[in-house]
Amino acid sequence: MENQNVDRDVKAAIKKNWRLFKQSKIGITGLVIVIFFGFLAILQPLLFLTNIWDEATYHPVVGYDAEKISRTVVECPDQYPTKEYPTREDCPRVDEVNIRYLKAFGIEAEVGDSYESNVQPAPPSSRHLLGTDSLGRDIFSQIMEGSQVAFLLGLISAIIGVGISTLLGTAAAFYGGKLDTYLMRQSDLVLMLPTLPFLFIISAFAELKVWHLAIVLGTLGGLGGTVITIKSQALQVKVKPFVDSARITGGSKRRIMFSHILPNVAPLALLYMVFSVTGAIASESVLSFLGLLNIDMSWGIMIYLSQTEGFIFTGLKYWWLIIPAGLAVTLLAGGFYLVGRGLDDVFNPRLRRR
Amino acid sequence: MSNNLIEVRNLVKHFEVSKSVFSRNKKIVKAVDGISFDIKAGETLGLVGQSGCGKTTTARSLCLLDPKTSGSVNFYNPDTQNMESIDNIDEDGMRIFRRNMQMIFQDPYESLNPRWTIKDIIKEPLDIHNIGSFNEREEAVMEILRTVGLTPPENYLNRYPHEISGGQRQRVSIARTLVMKPKFVICDEPTSMLDVSIRISIMDLMLNLAKELDVSYLYITHDLAVARYMCNRIAVMFNGKIVEIAETEELLQNPIHPYTKRLISSIPIPDPKYVRERYEINFDELDKIVKDNPNEQMVDVGNNHFVATHETKEYLIES
Amino acid sequence: MPDLLLEVKNLSMHYDTLDGNVDAVKDISFSVKSGESFGLVGESGCGKTSVAMTLLQLQPDNSVITEGSIKLDGKELIGLSENDLRKVRWDSISIVFQGAMNAWNPVIKIGEQIREAMREHYPENSKQENIEKIDELFKMVGLDGSISERFPHELSGGMKQRAVIALALSCDPKIIIADEPTTALDVVIQDQILNEIKKVQDLLGLSLIYISHDIAVIAEMTDKIAVMYAGSIVEMGPTKDIFENPVHSYTRALLDSTPSIRGEKRKLKSLDGEPPSLINKIDGCSFAPRCPDRETKCNPTEHMRLVEIAPDHFVDICSQGKQ
Repeated sequence: MENQNVDRDVKAAIKKNWRLFKQSKIGITGLVIVIFFGFLAILQPLLFLTNIWDEATYHPVVGYDAEKISRTVVECPDQYPTKEYPTREDCPRVDEVNIRYLKAFGIEAEVGDSYESNVQPAPPSSRHLLGTDSLGRDIFSQIMEGSQVAFLLGLISAIIGVGISTLLGTAAAFYGGKLDTYLMRQSDLVLMLPTLPFLFIISAFAELKVWHLAIVLGTLGGLGGTVITIKSQALQVKVKPFVDSARITGGSKRRIMFSHILPNVAPLALLYMVFSVTGAIASESVLSFLGLLNIDMSWGIMIYLSQTEGFIFTGLKYWWLIIPAGLAVTLLAGGFYLVGRGLDDVFNPRLRRR
Repeated sequence: MSNNLIEVRNLVKHFEVSKSVFSRNKKIVKAVDGISFDIKAGETLGLVGQSGCGKTTTARSLCLLDPKTSGSVNFYNPDTQNMESIDNIDEDGMRIFRRNMQMIFQDPYESLNPRWTIKDIIKEPLDIHNIGSFNEREEAVMEILRTVGLTPPENYLNRYPHEISGGQRQRVSIARTLVMKPKFVICDEPTSMLDVSIRISIMDLMLNLAKELDVSYLYITHDLAVARYMCNRIAVMFNGKIVEIAETEELLQNPIHPYTKRLISSIPIPDPKYVRERYEINFDELDKIVKDNPNEQMVDVGNNHFVATHETKEYLIES
Repeated sequence: MPDLLLEVKNLSMHYDTLDGNVDAVKDISFSVKSGESFGLVGESGCGKTSVAMTLLQLQPDNSVITEGSIKLDGKELIGLSENDLRKVRWDSISIVFQGAMNAWNPVIKIGEQIREAMREHYPENSKQENIEKIDELFKMVGLDGSISERFPHELSGGMKQRAVIALALSCDPKIIIADEPTTALDVVIQDQILNEIKKVQDLLGLSLIYISHDIAVIAEMTDKIAVMYAGSIVEMGPTKDIFENPVHSYTRALLDSTPSIRGEKRKLKSLDGEPPSLINKIDGCSFAPRCPDRETKCNPTEHMRLVEIAPDHFVDICSQGKQ
């Protein structure tokens, strides 16, 4: 009977908040994006488990699958333009191979022969929805693997960060005095610290794995500006009459802090958690793009590879190497931000439309 | 043996306010500047005055929310049957004091934790003081909900404060306050934010509970009409001092201090035929006189009616 | 016979919200003669502030006026363009609302802010003329002329509210709406402000619409009152009549629940229940669920409308019993 009541009330509260959240179009957009990538992250291991994909072909790191294509051997001219090839860029065409290239590898061939070769990177096909990279690995599978990394890193660092800042911010508000002064100066210091150069230095001393990065980012975020925001919210709650009421009754400091102040700071903390996911995902791609992370696969690594192998400078010719990964980083980071904006509408009624 | 419940003597509460960030000079705001009063068992004392006169500061000092600057507060300890000072009591004494002293706040929207259910809110004092078994506590919550008129209690137990109306919230506040059967409750304008038609039912509830549960109130309000309805005695506060204190009807019929007279003449009368006469005073002058006589004593003018002594001196300050 | 200055007929307005339509004003008609003070009394959420805002055409964006007309000096206000409305506001009708004293711009001197409003409406006046007029207005509301050279934070709440009244008078309106102008103030200051408003009204022959939840203040300030409940007027008539002979059960309940410091101390009567939510459509009398007389005297199924039971004394038909 009683549990039913609680269930009913919790359901009603969720329903009400959901109704408010639904009102915010950007919030819903963000949620759709986040759910989409969440789906991708879960789908990949499922595809392997059910043997719809075999790991030898589709594994994002060790998989290999190259399409064979027969190309005509041609000899590219020394002088451009010619009738056939207006510029140097146009020779060889996609279905052609330069004889000089083959000779350089010691392969005998005549102009006009057909030459069977692997296509790496291969453009999108029904077999590889987003094509393969220069090592013959499936891009779509890599994007899925990248979503897992992004979620893992984003959520872990956000939880660590918000956990730290909520505890410290509430404590600073509640105890005040020297603890408050110390924590505020510390957060000033962390705020002043340039995060990326600091991470470069760390990666010089130690191999950074994903969860290392999550802890570092979480701690930095947790000690930084969020503490100040949480503290100011906790200060507002601290002077509410219901806190006074608990003090008059003789409630202990621990009870007041954990039962009264923390639950009322929690929605704001959740909001900051969602926002900080955005920053963590972006930092990860920057670090792996610079090759500073010891990690097998991520969206940053995908862009890093296409950059080191020169594909990034070929314009849109090899777009599937760059755009899916870049778009994924932008969308998921943006998606979390938009969800945060939507939650802001729910938790900050003053922003709400009547 | 006196039957006083609370004795307040020369209660002083000063706040330090720094004038600017750079100056070391601190300005002292004398929010409460030496007030004395007693509250007898079963009595309701009204504390009336305009905002900023120190009513709420008095209340907060009395229930130890803010430490007082000086003065003494004695309370009746039902265990030892003695008056004890709250300054030098042991932990046990403090627990008894906490259990017997509660406060109802003005704003029903801010005085209940929005993340807690009604049941948890009311049960918290019992949890803090470890009174009764789990089942006894649940039973006590049901009982007190019935007492404050929230029936059937099952309908309210698992709701959150935002799901009920302002009047019902104030009833929950009262329930929480009374669940430990305290002897003394401070009420800080508990009805001023409620609608007219709901206000009276809350006031009546408080009056009935006072009789039923033998509770005394210190009732803080700016509205003399409300104070008249609720209180046996009224103390009028001005600039941190009590300037006049008397039985309710005596004070309203024979006010002596000019501030009391001004206050009474300011209250609108719900009768269009009655033409009210205003009693004008010079507030700057009154301010000065109250400030110039820091060690004011109250004199008895008979009928249990006390007035600050500057009033019995020559300077009357009517203008 | 004094002419009708303001005439409101069958005004209905609702707010379009997430939860549905909130019927804030339901079929309200009243009129104010010049020089008359009209009181609108009711509890919070009964729609009295919505009426005030609609009179000035300052209602929020999500409000919809479904029906009715507001005629000021014979001129229809509903449907006027924003430009024409700006002229009407302040020029002929102005408002002093509850938080008005906190609406001063903190970095501009009080006098300058009033002059700005006057420049907008009387561009032909010279600066000196405006200054003299402000001095005069300040004297009228009991403020020293030097106040106009001060900044808002240098003034107390009561002084700021007096200055708001001076501002409201600065463009010579014919009618002033006072929406709970003293609620945030202390009793003594409330008393002074009420006194000032009354004095100014007598002096300038203004009409006044005084909106309050406090029946005692209404009793002192007005000649004629309308009692509002859940968006409708349930009783309307000369103040003295209504206080002597309240007909509607809600009016009686309001009078019975107001404590006074005069007369015998009497037991006050409270009302059960809470005002209804205005989201749900209410059939018949909206007060019926709380009405102490619903079983005996009333006819709660009747559609709410006012009937005249004595000269100028109107009451909701539901209270007139089964016919």
